[in-house]
Amino acid sequence: MISRTERTLSYLILAVFSVVIVLPLMGLLLTALQEPTGVSSGLGVPTELHFANFSRAWTQGNFASYIRSSVIVTTAVVAVTSFVSILSGYAFGTMRFAGQKPLFYLFVVGIIVPLEAIIVPLYYDFRALSLTDSYWALILPHIGLSVGFGTFWMRAFFLSAPRALIEAARIDGASSWDIAWKVLVPLGRPAILTMVVLVFMWTWNDFLLALVMVSDEAVRTAPLGLGYFQGRYTSELSLLAAASVIVATPVVVVYIILQRHFIRGMLAGSLKE
Amino acid sequence: MEASTAERPPPGEPRRIAYVYILPAFFFYAAFVLLPTIQSGWLSLFDWNGLTAPTWIGLGNYLTIMTDPQLRIAFVHALVLILFYSLLPISLGLLAAAMMSRAKFRGLTLFRTVLFLPQVIATTVIAVVWRRIYAPQGPLNGVLNAVGLDGVTVNWLGDFNWALPSLGVVGTWTLFGLCLVLFIAGIQNISPDLYDSAKVDGAGAYREFLAITLPGLRGQLAVAFTLTTITALRTFDLIFLTTRGGPGTSTTVPALELYQRAFLTSQVGLAAAIGVALTVIVFSVAYLIIRFVEDNE
Repeated sequence: MISRTERTLSYLILAVFSVVIVLPLMGLLLTALQEPTGVSSGLGVPTELHFANFSRAWTQGNFASYIRSSVIVTTAVVAVTSFVSILSGYAFGTMRFAGQKPLFYLFVVGIIVPLEAIIVPLYYDFRALSLTDSYWALILPHIGLSVGFGTFWMRAFFLSAPRALIEAARIDGASSWDIAWKVLVPLGRPAILTMVVLVFMWTWNDFLLALVMVSDEAVRTAPLGLGYFQGRYTSELSLLAAASVIVATPVVVVYIILQRHFIRGMLAGSLKE
Repeated sequence: MEASTAERPPPGEPRRIAYVYILPAFFFYAAFVLLPTIQSGWLSLFDWNGLTAPTWIGLGNYLTIMTDPQLRIAFVHALVLILFYSLLPISLGLLAAAMMSRAKFRGLTLFRTVLFLPQVIATTVIAVVWRRIYAPQGPLNGVLNAVGLDGVTVNWLGDFNWALPSLGVVGTWTLFGLCLVLFIAGIQNISPDLYDSAKVDGAGAYREFLAITLPGLRGQLAVAFTLTTITALRTFDLIFLTTRGGPGTSTTVPALELYQRAFLTSQVGLAAAIGVALTVIVFSVAYLIIRFVEDNE
């Protein structure tokens, strides 16, 4: 059925593509481990591994604080987005009501509204409320930008949930709230997890919103911190590389553990209708 | 999976309580996305420096977008980036996927994890990775020197001609894995019977690709085109952190112009207009691609 040459060719193609992707990232990792003062061409492997670069970036580069800000913002966004999206997805997926279709399409449009469409008035709105330079200026818009996808994604799950189960629970006298949280949500853990990892990644990796909303160092998120860091430490490449690795690590680790969820969500998220 | 379930009518009797369940999500969406979008549209009709009273200029800002050479070039650069972010990764992915075995084989999960990796790494980090590679004394020029091509080494990101294509290549690198993963999955869903009957008809590899593989990947192609084109149009982080639009204006893009007009040169109304224009383009692209796929079904 599948010939040996065919298989060898397949592996060869995948191997070449993978090397092209991994090589630049390995380069970053090796730079992060090289001697802090070394100005290498970046080709050779460092003779000694300097893990101290990471602790220097963490303390001297203030990444302890940046990561803390990112954790606060991301946790809040993921928690609120998941909660409200489960509720709205539940309504769209299991109930019938006037205006259902247009309302749902309105949410779907939210999936592709670019941040650029709203960033200018958003800044002036938050400034008028004296909320720039606060976590609110990052948390609230990120929730707004994520609930479109969240609603779309959770609706798909609730639509696929066995209807007999809902009917049975209803006959038993369960309230709509209990049917959602006690009957359906436990079944929907994989779908919810996929939504959680995607919203986590989008929020964690954001740069533009943070750049516009935040100048106070105490509120700076990790990618924004890296942006400023890059301007300051141009001569210390190893420190910059170490800081980059710190910023990328949380998402990469979650990705490696839950890669199926990432890929499924990012591909299926746009494979609708 | 989602496609088949979407057809079913929602179960249950009419429930007015649905509005209560939708309200919290709708609140966040309306307050922080819908309302600001409308504000952008309104703001784009004014000349405003962010401080003094705004002056109504109607569609003046949109006229400026079409006439200001720097803004026009920014949108042209976005088109060039589509070449690198969309056409190149999709062609590469199609070519590779067509050459590969259609059967499922071992180790695919591992490769898929690697191929998808650039999708999950913050663009800020990717900017650091590639700034290092493109540096005058960096690995790229190092390799070129080592193989005796000293003559072609340039300061990749500092050169008027090379900066934009160099940044484009970063986009290609980021997105080709995604395209390949999509297409491999798509091809595995095409019924093997189709390929068998093509073989019986004596179709060659090329005919087989045109007649079966390409139409079979319609859905995946639409996803790939939409995702990559929107990514190209919205490019900001990478350019802000590497060239800031330079040298000169050789790498400026719409999102960068928007940021600079709004927050550096106090042309707030114009910045809002750039945002609206970009949004209209993004939506048109998505709409056209979806329409194209539906028409061919």
